[in-house]
Amino acid sequence: MKEYVIIGNGTAATGCIEGIRSIDTESKITVVSAERHPVYCRPLISYYLEGKTDLERMQYRSADFYDKMGCKVLYGKTAAKIDTKTKHVLLDDGTALPYTAVCVAAGSSPFIPPMEGLDTVENKFSFMTLDDTLSLEAAIRKDSRVLIVGAGLIGLKCAEGLRDRVADITVCDLSDRVLSSILDTQCAAMMQAHLEANGIRFLLGDSAARFEKNTAFMKSGKTVDFDVLVLAVGVRANTSLVSDAGGSVNRGILVDNRMRTTAADIYAAGDCTEGDDISLGGKRVLAILPNAYMQGDCAGVNMAGGDKTFDKAIPMNSIGFFGLHAMTAGSYFGEDAGGSLYEEKGEGKLKRLFIRDGLLTGFILIGETERAGIYTSLIREKTPLDTLDFEMLKKVATSAAFSPKVRRKKFGGVV
Amino acid sequence: MKRVYVNEEWCLGCHLCEYICAFSNSGMTDMPTALKGKKIFPRIHIEGDEKISFAVSCRHCPDPICVKSCIAGALSKKDGVICVDQQKCVGCLTCVLVCPFGALSPGENGIMQKCELCLENSGGEPACVKNCPNRAIVYEEREENA
Repeated sequence: MKEYVIIGNGTAATGCIEGIRSIDTESKITVVSAERHPVYCRPLISYYLEGKTDLERMQYRSADFYDKMGCKVLYGKTAAKIDTKTKHVLLDDGTALPYTAVCVAAGSSPFIPPMEGLDTVENKFSFMTLDDTLSLEAAIRKDSRVLIVGAGLIGLKCAEGLRDRVADITVCDLSDRVLSSILDTQCAAMMQAHLEANGIRFLLGDSAARFEKNTAFMKSGKTVDFDVLVLAVGVRANTSLVSDAGGSVNRGILVDNRMRTTAADIYAAGDCTEGDDISLGGKRVLAILPNAYMQGDCAGVNMAGGDKTFDKAIPMNSIGFFGLHAMTAGSYFGEDAGGSLYEEKGEGKLKRLFIRDGLLTGFILIGETERAGIYTSLIREKTPLDTLDFEMLKKVATSAAFSPKVRRKKFGGVV
Repeated sequence: MKRVYVNEEWCLGCHLCEYICAFSNSGMTDMPTALKGKKIFPRIHIEGDEKISFAVSCRHCPDPICVKSCIAGALSKKDGVICVDQQKCVGCLTCVLVCPFGALSPGENGIMQKCELCLENSGGEPACVKNCPNRAIVYEEREENA
């Protein structure tokens, strides 16, 4: 009998539980959950505000999930230390949990840079967790003016979720463009115009120099009066448990493609990790849900004595705002880095495919996203573009561009 | 398990499977009322050109990346069949972003719908298979994908 401890109770933890149970249906699993909720769909918090889901439907797993999986969940507890000598996870309440293998799936925390006068702002919120969301919801009124600091994925999804529930939304960001982590300048401009047409106001290339109660004094000299402040500047991976235990960390906990950290019997998965991004050819924090699940699953299988690798991680996002969808994946290498670009533009749509060394390394699709997964798979599988009809494929994502033999094999047909 | 396969050499690209699929999932009893003059949102579609054509629908992968990637916990595998819970789906299209077959597309309301092998609506055999005039679409067990 083994004893597994999972620190964290989000998507990566769920993947880990299911991964362990695919191999080992007997041993004890203890989940340490700081949040007092069963696992829920974290990316759905903006859809909750928007009324597109509710607390029941946004559960990630069924109500009997932990029972069926034979897990004990310790709600409202946090892990303070992993003692690698005695092989115990020590909790903040003094409890010591023995482990055979532990998975750190501790996620990330909002990063709030020091800003003068922030302590004078009464109604300020992060937008990461369900509890953040419920607190924010309780603070808004129909006539609220909202200032969101950060025009990234979190800030803008928050803006979308709030739009019909408040009077006015302003989003500011130090960057001169929206969604700077996933969109290039041109694509960002298109998305920004769409968001503006839907009532979101922007102050880009600007930041709050100081706050005084309900007023933000911007570096540009402008002032913004607000009732509710949302801080969505960025996140930091929660790495300290592993670094304190002697494991290597960089911006995230370093993991290999079996989700092992450099410390014995300590695995890690999800937003707290930094693993290989195969589109980049280097390590990167890939804080996206699919990655969290697949890393968690991989960690779980290996913790239970199985052998699984997860070596196809790439950044990828499918994100829509007010009916306009953007899909992005991989890495965008410019000409200076040896890359080339295929581009199509049309009314309300934009396609950019990034190619380097005969491989598709990344793409941005806005407006037209049909069968985008065919492009994604080319990045993940590193398919040489000279093995298929790329002239056809770059115009339309279609399996018709594969050779008949490859296509029939793909579709399980008679070769 | 049994899956839907296409023999692309026999597929005429007639698109009948798309209409049959849309009709079978419409809940209506006659085809003209269900489809005439309407944009259809089938769960199978034809790709190709004048030289080659083939029908694409969910492969019900043994190791489904769409299920693992679904941000809403709306996709799951039940007895090998990949199913979508439309109450949970928020239409984020992450499954479209990851499906290597390009097999998934949303319905009219932006919420995902997908081939669930007609298990609920067509008495055991997928309607596209039953109605393909050239028997280019078949429903059978094949070893390589067991």
